[in-house]
Amino acid sequence: MEESHGGDKARSRLCCICNQRRPALRRPKTLQQICRECFYVVFEEEIHRVIVDNKLFKSGERIAIGASGGKDSTVLAYVMSELNRRHNYGLDLFLLSVDEGITGYRDDSLETVKRNEVQYGLPLKVVSYKDLYGWTMDEIVKMIGLKNNCTFCGVFRRQALDRGAALLKVDKLATGHNADDIAETVLLNILRGDIARLSRCTSIITGEDGPIPRCKPFKYTYEKEIVMYAYFKKLDYFSTECIYSPNAYRGFAREFIKDLERIRPRAILDIIKSGEDFRIATSTKMPEQGTCQRCGYISSQKWCKACVLLEGLNRGLPKLGIGRTRGINGDRQKDDQQIGVKNLQSKACESLDF
Amino acid sequence: MARDVIRVRVATKTDSGDQEEQLSTEKKLPADANGDDNHRRHRMMCLKCKAIEATVFTGGDGGGRFCADCFRSNLYGKFKLAVTSNAMISPTDKVLVAFSGGPSSRVALQFVSEMQLKAQKNYDATANRDRSLPVFGVGVAFIDESEIHPVTSAVLDKAVEDIKQIVFNLPQPTKELHVAPINHNYATKTNDGEQMLKNLMNSVGDATGKEDLLAHLRMLSLQKIATENGYTKLVLGSCTSRIACHVLAATVKGQGYSLAADIQYADARWEVPVVLPLRDCQLQELNVLCSLDSLKIVEIFNEPCGGINGLVSSFVKVLQEENPSRECTIVRTAGKLTPFPFNRIPEGNVDDADLVSQRRQKKFNLKPIESLPPESFCPLCNSPMNCYSNPEPRPQLFRAACCPSCQYQILPDEPSSMDQFYSLLPESIIARAKNGNQKWIREKIQDFLLSDGEDEA
Repeated sequence: MEESHGGDKARSRLCCICNQRRPALRRPKTLQQICRECFYVVFEEEIHRVIVDNKLFKSGERIAIGASGGKDSTVLAYVMSELNRRHNYGLDLFLLSVDEGITGYRDDSLETVKRNEVQYGLPLKVVSYKDLYGWTMDEIVKMIGLKNNCTFCGVFRRQALDRGAALLKVDKLATGHNADDIAETVLLNILRGDIARLSRCTSIITGEDGPIPRCKPFKYTYEKEIVMYAYFKKLDYFSTECIYSPNAYRGFAREFIKDLERIRPRAILDIIKSGEDFRIATSTKMPEQGTCQRCGYISSQKWCKACVLLEGLNRGLPKLGIGRTRGINGDRQKDDQQIGVKNLQSKACESLDF
Repeated sequence: MARDVIRVRVATKTDSGDQEEQLSTEKKLPADANGDDNHRRHRMMCLKCKAIEATVFTGGDGGGRFCADCFRSNLYGKFKLAVTSNAMISPTDKVLVAFSGGPSSRVALQFVSEMQLKAQKNYDATANRDRSLPVFGVGVAFIDESEIHPVTSAVLDKAVEDIKQIVFNLPQPTKELHVAPINHNYATKTNDGEQMLKNLMNSVGDATGKEDLLAHLRMLSLQKIATENGYTKLVLGSCTSRIACHVLAATVKGQGYSLAADIQYADARWEVPVVLPLRDCQLQELNVLCSLDSLKIVEIFNEPCGGINGLVSSFVKVLQEENPSRECTIVRTAGKLTPFPFNRIPEGNVDDADLVSQRRQKKFNLKPIESLPPESFCPLCNSPMNCYSNPEPRPQLFRAACCPSCQYQILPDEPSSMDQFYSLLPESIIARAKNGNQKWIREKIQDFLLSDGEDEA
């Protein structure tokens, strides 16, 4: 019944946008039957509008694209370089990858990114956990096992991206977070009672007060359309899940969103709209930002999270900084929240950065 | 440990044996090891009175376990705190309890009656002195939805008979029962309300939109009963579980702006202010109370939701099973959103009560809500909106006056069907489209108006 909204016109035999070619697909966002060419146009044009309307970039800026080799970042790199050329954004684009040191996963996906470097003509910078922290994820997992390993990886990645961006001397970092990811984050923040994150998680640009602002050009782009675009364009991407969090991908919230999308595709956009419209008092306290006394990275504590975790690893006390323990900073850590809802979470290892 | 996670369960006489056995097997090893029988005994005592064996097990924080009396008083305590700290009921009020037949509104009815009985006893005890407070009045409303959810007349008659019995058996004083059909809204417009209502519902294609429209019509019917019979408050049985579902459903429907309006203890955007005294009680607790006290439930018109609402409730159910305090967390998160100025019982209402009651009432700090009022209200669902909409009530402009959510899931897609849809709407919705927004606009500028009269302004 719900499908009647937009399904009606789709019965005709021609693409309902150009009315000339045969439709090749049903657009996930609107359920319109359209041809491949029109799909490319609407897909790219929507992203262009988001970039322009939200003033994501300024002419002359150097922009790093966070590239994991997965579908989102591969499509982002491709579309960004297309749009940059077509609409004369005047941007210098770079690919930035993090090598966590996961054999059988990251080494393979990095090969994909290296091919993308050639295919799209974008310079690539790889920063590795081994170089930055002296530990690979393989070594960390060997030491601490498969519990909490995503906490280490998430904390280290956030900082690694900033470090890499600084090395590239870029002005901004664009990430491939898509509409599904953001809708999921809105729901998770409601479920875990995190009003501060709830108010921030729908911002299209974050960290403007930090060293390198991040933005999400795919904020309104559906995951299914990204997959579809990559498929039709035959883009070269890597589609294996991380070997250390194989179950993390499908969480309750993610499944719920897929179910919603099935009966009402616009639910994903509606959740994002709700997230933007929530009446949240601006006085909601944000931790005061300072710098880490050890490495100089932004931190609200004496030491930044990465340094605390790293200290634990180096001293052979991997529990340091995890859960409610009194650690180096002398006060209670709040990370148990993250761990407590892990089974609700899908992309446990990637989407915590909002 | 596993037992702490399970949903509330009542150990009745027949299965208390099982409970015992379960517990003893559970604790056998440590008990034998330490020989600490005391510890085991302690584990089974009511958390509150610590004197009687616990028979009611609630999940939630600390895995609550109570004896029946403590459980009852604990639950009533939550109700009472919600009522007193939000000035929901004052002695001069006439309160209408919306009763669907389900467990939540059944408990709401029971608690309101108990509160009234206590007030009556106080009154009787102090009747000869001038300090006596008037006792608030209580009425009950049941909305007959048989036009939307067809049932045989025998089933309906039986349900209404049961409800009469329930109301009749409530503690004194006697309560008036109002049974009204859902097409009650059309009563003054036409004699053919039934057909118009059916046509209206049929014109909505979206399953979720249909359910939501029915909920709005139900509220309109309740408001109508309340105003026609001089009630000053409308009590709904919405419990934490129900509100948690509403929080997620509203989020999914893109109603993030208006959400804060719907989930507060008080909602005075309606002509008769709506109050939710069971906001802090979970459905499981209410179910337990109903079975403990054999409160009769009337199962009618409670078809499971479909569409978005159905998905949301099964999602919340899964979450709740995984973590028994999840519903509370959801409601607490949404509770941190900024409410609207109308989310408190209006000052005037409190002042109406005489001075004695003022003195006697607990002085809770009811701070005025300092937040921006909405720009306008959706004429269909009465949601506040943050964009100004055109208050003209003509069909062409009606669409633009509605909130985006109603536009999508309730209004017809085709502009040509709009006239017909508009003609099927009950009068009160049209009236709200006409006057509702006008009223709020007037309130915004009233400091600058020289006359109170509507015409001269």
